[in-house]
Amino acid sequence: MSDLVLRKLKDRFGSAVLETHSMCGDETAIVEASRWKEVALFLRDDAELAFNMPIDLCGVDYPERLPRIEVVLHLYSLARRHRVRVKTRVGDEECNGCELDSLISVWPGVDWLEREVFDMSGVRFRGHPDLRRILLYPEFEGHPLRKDYPAQKTQPLIPYRTEAEAGVPLEKLAPFGPDEGMSFGREVWTNGKARRENRGEQ
Amino acid sequence: MEPLDLDLEEGELELPADPMHLNMGPAHPAMHGTVRIVLELSGETIVKADVQIGYLHRGFEKMCERGTWTQVFPYADRLNYVSPMLNNVGYALAVEKLAGLVVPERCQWYRMALGELARLSDHLTCTGAMAMELGAFTPFLWFVKAREMVWDVLEEETGARLTHSFGRVGGMAKPPTPAFKDLVRGILDEILYTVGEGEKMLLKNRIFLDRLENTGVISGPDAIAMGWTGPCLRASGIAYDVRKAHPYLKYDEVEFDVPVGSKGDTLDRFLVRLEEMRQSTRILRQICDKMPDDGPVNCDDPRYVLPEKRDVYTTIEATIQHFKLVMEGAKVPKGEVYSYTEGGNGELGFYLVSDGSGTPYRVRIRPPCFQITNSLSGLIERAMLSDIIPIFGSINMIGGECDH
Repeated sequence: MSDLVLRKLKDRFGSAVLETHSMCGDETAIVEASRWKEVALFLRDDAELAFNMPIDLCGVDYPERLPRIEVVLHLYSLARRHRVRVKTRVGDEECNGCELDSLISVWPGVDWLEREVFDMSGVRFRGHPDLRRILLYPEFEGHPLRKDYPAQKTQPLIPYRTEAEAGVPLEKLAPFGPDEGMSFGREVWTNGKARRENRGEQ
Repeated sequence: MEPLDLDLEEGELELPADPMHLNMGPAHPAMHGTVRIVLELSGETIVKADVQIGYLHRGFEKMCERGTWTQVFPYADRLNYVSPMLNNVGYALAVEKLAGLVVPERCQWYRMALGELARLSDHLTCTGAMAMELGAFTPFLWFVKAREMVWDVLEEETGARLTHSFGRVGGMAKPPTPAFKDLVRGILDEILYTVGEGEKMLLKNRIFLDRLENTGVISGPDAIAMGWTGPCLRASGIAYDVRKAHPYLKYDEVEFDVPVGSKGDTLDRFLVRLEEMRQSTRILRQICDKMPDDGPVNCDDPRYVLPEKRDVYTTIEATIQHFKLVMEGAKVPKGEVYSYTEGGNGELGFYLVSDGSGTPYRVRIRPPCFQITNSLSGLIERAMLSDIIPIFGSINMIGGECDH
């Protein structure tokens, strides 16, 4: 294997391959964000490379660098038994323009990985059919794996849905009412006084 | 009391024509870990499924950026909590690859032995729980009894049954106990017997077989494109095992076979795991024969490995070294590395970025079951509602690992 992968990439894409290294034996190429999908297709379809398995995709934030967010893709070829790490960089100081082509048509397995990178680092993937947050909830504010997200930051509480939002009467939502002694019965969350009255306390 | 033989009009019995929406989980008895599946049903057939994970998200990767490299071990334990030792070893190997360390031979054998024990515990839990969810409670209790024996050995070695935090950069927390080999040899036969009994009981059961056969079928090329690894990929006929393809530790010095399935259905995944347990016991026997009884376990590298406690209390150099390693952490060279091992569910990878300080810049884990769970909705669509249980059981989604 040695440097076959990197050599072929450089031959094919020339100056679009910005940097290469083989630290600790991991072949790494940094490519231009605009050719992201093209590189992926080449890596998959070239007979000598044949990278058929998407191993991992993740984002790494380098706030002092520009472009700021590095998207790291690890690939493996089952037939050739070799690996490669392809990286690209997107986004300015404020993480504007964090956009990349989705690779979901190249390897369907990157579906959730791209959603995770979007969730954690805030990179938007163009052409992903269902780019929702995956590990966090939709109302979450910010992207926790960016370096400027404080680790101890708390998130605002999310209010219960109103009847208009839920579309059904609220008492229809829970299987048990608050007075039926089930610990998981959902109370309609009004205020402390109303709850106490509900429980018959002062 | 009302009579049961009411005269119902035909119209009242008719099922609604609209697709029915059903919410399975996040707290469902057959959902190990917490996962929510929103289903759109037509009768009992699943038309569309949306698998939602994240209920066990604890910010593993963010937490790792706050402590030293060694302080990641307790977090790594809690990723795949049925085989924590494999995570410990996987992470230790990743840091050592970046630092250019090679642990002594005895430690390599020891890590392998503990890892294979953890793999046994992983597969016993998965197959047992899967049988239980299909109503076969007895094999589950047998398998858990066998797992208990594995955990007894691990407890004897590490002091903890489940979250060992036993790996260290450049070695292990403690050398093997003198009785280690005897303990391991002592349980292997019993485990094999239990597995055999459970297998006999399940694989002659018509109901069990009918529910497993031809459900959740995935072809080899599809599984590869989805990024499947481990027993689930091998069940689809692809003989890819990191231990064989890219041997690490001493896996090139032991003999074992890689079982593969033919159809890639739920039954194949079940059988592959059963066979892998037999192979693991085979590996364990060879380890017991080959592991040296004495010799160092930790690297002799004061930049990474804590000094002997005796020296810490008596010499100033060792006291300083100990203090620096604990307070500032071992300084791992600047760079990035991807290291991969065979975890309980498949390729367990760690992508580490170091800025040369005592704290990791980025720790990225590649949990094997994340991508397998990714394909769950594809596997259960067009299947029956009741097929979810065996299919979901066979992919062995571990919440801690999948949700980071």
